[in-house]
Amino acid sequence: MTGFVPAFEWQRVMVQPWTEDFMVSFWIVVMGFFVAATCGLVGTYLLLRRMALVGDAISHSILFGLVVAFMIFRSGGTTVMFVAAVATGLLTVGIIEFIHRQSRVKTDAAICIAFTTLFAAGVVLLSLAEMKGPVHLDAECVLYGEIAFVPLDPAVEIFGLTLGPAPVVRIAGVLVGLLVLVAVFYKELLVTSFDPALARSLGLRTGIWHYGLMAVLSIVIVSVFEAVGAILAVAMLVVPPMFAAQLSDRLPVRFVLVFLHAALSSLLGYQVSVWLNCSPAGAMVVVGALLFLLAWAVMRPRRAVLPDPTVHA
Amino acid sequence: MRTGWLAAGLVLLAAAPAEAARIGEMVEWDFGAQAARFFSLQDPSVRYALGGSMLLGLCCGLMGAFLVVRKLALMGDALSHAVLPGVALGFLWGMTKNPAAIFAGAVGAGLLGAVVVQWIRATTKHREDAALGFVLSSFFGVGIVLFTMIQNLPGGAKSGLDGFMFGQAAALGPEDVWLLAGVTVLALGAVGLFYKEYVLTSFDEGFARSLGWPVKLYHYSLMLLLAFAIVSALQAVGVVLVSAMLIIPAAAAFLLTDRMGAMLAWSAGFGMLAGAAGAFFSFTGRSLPTGPFMVLAAAALFVLALLFAPRHGIVGRLWRRRSRAARIRRENTLKAIYHVMEDGGFREEVVAVDGVAARRHETAAGAGREIGELQRAGLATEADGRVAFTPEGRQRACEIVRNHRLWELYLTNAAQLAPDHVHEDAEVIEHVLGDETVRRLERRLNFARRDPHGKLIPGLADLAGGPPPTARVAGFGGKGGAP
Repeated sequence: MTGFVPAFEWQRVMVQPWTEDFMVSFWIVVMGFFVAATCGLVGTYLLLRRMALVGDAISHSILFGLVVAFMIFRSGGTTVMFVAAVATGLLTVGIIEFIHRQSRVKTDAAICIAFTTLFAAGVVLLSLAEMKGPVHLDAECVLYGEIAFVPLDPAVEIFGLTLGPAPVVRIAGVLVGLLVLVAVFYKELLVTSFDPALARSLGLRTGIWHYGLMAVLSIVIVSVFEAVGAILAVAMLVVPPMFAAQLSDRLPVRFVLVFLHAALSSLLGYQVSVWLNCSPAGAMVVVGALLFLLAWAVMRPRRAVLPDPTVHA
Repeated sequence: MRTGWLAAGLVLLAAAPAEAARIGEMVEWDFGAQAARFFSLQDPSVRYALGGSMLLGLCCGLMGAFLVVRKLALMGDALSHAVLPGVALGFLWGMTKNPAAIFAGAVGAGLLGAVVVQWIRATTKHREDAALGFVLSSFFGVGIVLFTMIQNLPGGAKSGLDGFMFGQAAALGPEDVWLLAGVTVLALGAVGLFYKEYVLTSFDEGFARSLGWPVKLYHYSLMLLLAFAIVSALQAVGVVLVSAMLIIPAAAAFLLTDRMGAMLAWSAGFGMLAGAAGAFFSFTGRSLPTGPFMVLAAAALFVLALLFAPRHGIVGRLWRRRSRAARIRRENTLKAIYHVMEDGGFREEVVAVDGVAARRHETAAGAGREIGELQRAGLATEADGRVAFTPEGRQRACEIVRNHRLWELYLTNAAQLAPDHVHEDAEVIEHVLGDETVRRLERRLNFARRDPHGKLIPGLADLAGGPPPTARVAGFGGKGGAP
């Protein structure tokens, strides 16, 4: 047991990462921020729609789509991966809805059935693919995420500008695209999330918005699991929006709080991971969860007496 | 860029419990020989894998049935992830894979997870899904931090803790099977002893509370059993797929029966079947993982139940819908024939198909098809473009017309609707009124003989196959329809 928790040495934990390994620390924290902010943005809408666990489902079932895409195209280009992710995400949601509508099985059980079955099918296909030729896999990466390897990726240059490691540039692109979508379709997303009946009466096709959100969610998940792993992606989807919802009822304020949470958890999480010598992604999630507990402790009395805002529907 | 995505894909692919879960590594592979080897149960590894898988299916099936009816399906998913930090802490207790310490730690972490879920729901505005997602992912995060810290310790790198992530059904040893057997016996015992209590708290919590029962105690004891089941099953199928073994057999059973006892039996049976199938396929298929095959077998059972369950299956429902539609079509045709006869004052026992077609707003061919259906059902006979009732056909037609007109009369007399507003409603309800309702309508309407439009309501004597309506028209007087 002794030595399990290393001593907190100021020099090693707080100074060295920023003096000796500045670029490594910088890119890990930036990556963590982008991942948490992107997921948190989508997650805010998922939370409003009470679909937090659909993110869990899609993050698992995407395995199936990636294996199939790999078997068909024999390549792992960005386009192929995005298309596979969107197709699998929509397939998952479609299966969930089919089971829910065509039988008396409730949505939660349908979610569980859909994603575990697709995941199992993905595993079987993968082992069949392994028979034909060696597929070198690193089992640990998916658990812990390889955010620590992000700074090692070759930098991307556009128009002679050196932007940064490829995964960071990619997730930043997804984040910018997401921000543009949210800005352009703010009203539509707001009304379909808060009051589907009103949205329908206004002539909005809620089904299309639902599936559109699921497609975006699939793209977000496939672009972050490289850094944080499939299961910690769920944490990034759920925890920052919960933190924000604990502190505010206004959507724009929640977005700001999600970004704040993302910045705090990625920076503090990285420092914790240096201190404890553990997985940075895991530490970011733990710090994020602690931040939620802090918000809960601060805002608990007010929340406890407020009426349930979702009852009116 | 491309290699990056390939790496990303492969990273996720690695989530597969493909590494270890292999039974029967064979140099030469022959399906028949392997199957024979499997069924002979000569190999100890086959016996352990098969026994362990079936016990796992039984145990998870029992627990899962309660999760499904309590609408806690994703609680299994959340708890299976939430036990990880407990596994790590149990390992830290002496730095060995001491099963007792790991079991205790994991069960403790699982229970804590269940408590946190309740606690977030009770004290925040977040709903179940957010609470479960929070517990699932943040506990998993703590688990990963602890796992990576353990790997940095001397002797930690070979801890073999990854086995809990991926599961190793092939590597089940006698002690794992005994653990599973113990947990299964415990679960069976608890469910058997407190069957009434668990069923009532699952279906009507409010009533159980009003009886003064400790509802929370039952909830948490169920969560404790669930944590037992998850922890003992983790070794075999891993974190992700254990929730599948909890929910899929139970959901299949849920489609088959409305009784809890039967559902428990079906669910446990499906679980055992899926477990055995998983063991079999991974043994006969070369180096195929066990857990995913169990899940796929369970999913196949679920799809079968979804399609072919007698009452709740898709095929049965579609068939019932189709046969109902066909019956309604037949009854409408009978009614049209009756109307044509009525227009002719019941002077003739046969009517022209053309007349029926006009009445039905159908083409002659369409009416011909409909009358063909009546012929096959033995309700009418057709010859030379003319159609006549069989006795059953006449009776059924009278019933339908009677239902229709009684209902119209009821709506105008009792519900005060205008006579021109009642036809559409009666068109629908005439096909579903039962005998009992019709008798009550008759009494309520004093056995009236005329509907709001002045048409004759065919009497009971006509239904009983008495003289044709013409005779009644001739001797019409009063309300003498009742036998």
